[in-house]
Amino acid sequence: MEILELRNVSKSYGEIRAIRNVSLKVRERETLAILGPNGAGKTTLLKIMAGLLQPDSGIILYRGKPIDGVDQLRRRVTMVFQMSVMFNTSVYGNVAYGLRVRGLPRREIDDKVRDVLRLVGLEGFEDRKAKELSGGEQQKVALARALAIQPEILLLDEPTSNLDSPSAASIEQILSQIKHRTSIVLTTHNIFQARRLAERIIFMSSGVIVEDSPAEEFFRQPKSVEAAKFISGETFF
Amino acid sequence: MVGQAILVTPIVVSFSIGAFEAVEPDVRLLARTLGASKLQESLAVLREAWNGVILALAASFNRALAELGIALMVGGNIRGLTRVLTTTIALETVRGEIELGIALTIILLIIVFTINACLNLLRRR
Repeated sequence: MEILELRNVSKSYGEIRAIRNVSLKVRERETLAILGPNGAGKTTLLKIMAGLLQPDSGIILYRGKPIDGVDQLRRRVTMVFQMSVMFNTSVYGNVAYGLRVRGLPRREIDDKVRDVLRLVGLEGFEDRKAKELSGGEQQKVALARALAIQPEILLLDEPTSNLDSPSAASIEQILSQIKHRTSIVLTTHNIFQARRLAERIIFMSSGVIVEDSPAEEFFRQPKSVEAAKFISGETFF
Repeated sequence: MVGQAILVTPIVVSFSIGAFEAVEPDVRLLARTLGASKLQESLAVLREAWNGVILALAASFNRALAELGIALMVGGNIRGLTRVLTTTIALETVRGEIELGIALTIILLIIVFTINACLNLLRRR
């Protein structure tokens, strides 16, 4: 079943048309990778899905019903940014933030924070200053913070592009663990990562969706020339 | 009071603007992605700028409390109306009441240190 559907969504920044007539569906508990070179419109698309940007045109449906404003998506969808942004507080304070704004009782917050920190391998880091952690650890905190609120859709914008290989592998391992608990949409340049994690691939170029296929099919026999060039490494970044 | 308020306004404004400008722009977006309301988003930004805001308060409070010239010029050092600690210290010292002047100075310093210590505790939070 589809949780989120975008129909003919477009967004421009002044003269620049970031995405044009994009239509896609996010299904329950699937991992969807949006692949494409820089400037393809991946992040814009993700921000619209996160409720951070209002599209210029098009319809967004949540569980089959059109939504009036993107604000309605906020408490159901969350996003982890490419560069992890940390609140200037402890790891606990960061992970607990989304639970606090929902007004959950203290004990429940404590339990959930402990559970997600264990999941991402940061047990015992509760009192550490989040901004003093390494890049990989900060990205794990960002992931824990997003998972704590149990989103229906987890959006990940290039989650490992700023990390070294061991940290990236560690994040991928966590994503593999959670991939069937929630729907995941990730943007990436990394075709190997998309292949390892995703069940479905959307390939974007110049603001349009060029291809939307099951991952296996996409990598075995891409339908478009652009996707084939991207996979073979002829087009990169 | 009016003179002091005018004197410290630029200090509070410039320090506070600096503190808010230093907050990462993505903090607001981050709060939004985690389900914060508009008010909660603003509070998240305020919390990030908190130390700078406290610094602005401390700087302006110290400036206002230690101010003598403005208090004399605008207030006029009228007993029971506009006389403040600094003008009293100046007056008593000029009158030769050095001990009283020193005692009042110590009181002024104690007030300054106490308030700054409290503000510092708030900063560390």
